[in-house]
Amino acid sequence: MMDRLVVSAESVLNFAPHIVFRFDEVRKRWIILAPERLMLPDEQAVEILQLVDGKTGVSGIVDSLAARYSQAPRDLIAKDVTAMLQDLADKGCLAGAGPG
Amino acid sequence: MPARVDPPLALLAELTHRCPLACPYCSNPVNLERAAGELSEQDWRRVLAEAAALGVLQVHFSGGEPMARRDLLALIGEANGLGLYSNLITSGALGGAREIEAFAKAGLKHVQLSFQDFSADNGDRIAGLSGAHDRKTRFAEAVRAAGLPLTLNLVVHRQNLDGVPQMIEMALKLGARRVEIAHVQYYAWAFANRAALLPTRRQLDQATEAVEAARQRLKGVLTIDYVVPDYHGVRPKSCMSGWGRQFINIMPSGIAVPCHAAETLPGIAFPSVRTNSLSDIWHESDAFNRFRGTDWMAEPCRSCDRREIDWGGCRCQAFLLAGDAGRTDPVCTLSPDHSVVAAAVQEAEGLPPAFVYRRYSNAPTSTRPSGEPNRQRPG
Repeated sequence: MMDRLVVSAESVLNFAPHIVFRFDEVRKRWIILAPERLMLPDEQAVEILQLVDGKTGVSGIVDSLAARYSQAPRDLIAKDVTAMLQDLADKGCLAGAGPG
Repeated sequence: MPARVDPPLALLAELTHRCPLACPYCSNPVNLERAAGELSEQDWRRVLAEAAALGVLQVHFSGGEPMARRDLLALIGEANGLGLYSNLITSGALGGAREIEAFAKAGLKHVQLSFQDFSADNGDRIAGLSGAHDRKTRFAEAVRAAGLPLTLNLVVHRQNLDGVPQMIEMALKLGARRVEIAHVQYYAWAFANRAALLPTRRQLDQATEAVEAARQRLKGVLTIDYVVPDYHGVRPKSCMSGWGRQFINIMPSGIAVPCHAAETLPGIAFPSVRTNSLSDIWHESDAFNRFRGTDWMAEPCRSCDRREIDWGGCRCQAFLLAGDAGRTDPVCTLSPDHSVVAAAVQEAEGLPPAFVYRRYSNAPTSTRPSGEPNRQRPG
């Protein structure tokens, strides 16, 4: 039995094996394909997921987004990003890629 | 019919009805297709290509036991090459590590493996095959060794429902990330065996409680998909998420249906992929448009605020229990036919009759549930 992946600012994440995050040409939108499951991430989630690369930590992802949306408080972005990634981790879509 | 029909999400490829198991709740039709009537590998390759072009995202290779087809490996490779996300839905009773490794290399993404119970004795009894449970256990280990994600599928009913906590432990032990605990749905073989399978209310409530507790405890570790028996429900299931909205099912013979039981509906000519393109079948065929959307609905569905949540429930169940596929699913307490379901639930309090096992030679001749005479048994 494995432990639950808890997402924190230090986490370095990647897509779990067999999770496919791709653009669907028929529907003209980004999709996540998982075992017998389809997820339709909204625009905000897509922006976050495009920064998940197995190298950048969650705090690094938050930095990128904070730079892009300078009018939003960094704390709020960090909270939204962590919650979204935790939700996907709980669905088995993300895996830890490094220490933390 | 709606002006614009979204593309289908998933294709259920029922490659064959052949299967070494004889589960008495099998969702296959009671008139099983023989090997000679199955689509060829070339047919399936064409169907997969048409599916990908139509917008299908996932393909579920199923059956019967899909590993009874020698071309399964080739079809997995074909699906993967087309960008289709492929799932294998198997009994695990044929083949093992060698096949699974080859499937993984060919691009298979996920395996859904059935178990009939947590205990080998009762599991083998329900499957009608001795040694099946041990073979499944070894199969699960091979799936994990090949690095593929594993879902366990447990069809539950009155003769195994009390073991739900142990089933969840088994899923954890076998390294599954997901377990489906799905109550029998009463069509085909399961309808014939309904009195042997429908659980009592008390059994159901205990199982539901066990699932809810495990979900809390195992959040992020094991996903538990739980399907309750709709006979005990208040509103119907959103069958297939609505007729012709998300799924195409291709039967071994090539007949295309919106759900695996739809072929039993009279007066509908279901098209075949042997003669029609998948796009024509999805967009143009009378069969796929018949119960699409809400225009076909009568009361109480027509004015119900759940009409685009439940989609009227299940058309096959409406036909099976109320004799008309256009009526409200009788499991809905608002249905004028609901007393049929209430009577079946009442019957579940009695003794279960013996199973009618799923075998080519065993097709029930009557569509009435076999358990009815049993109410007269002492007990």
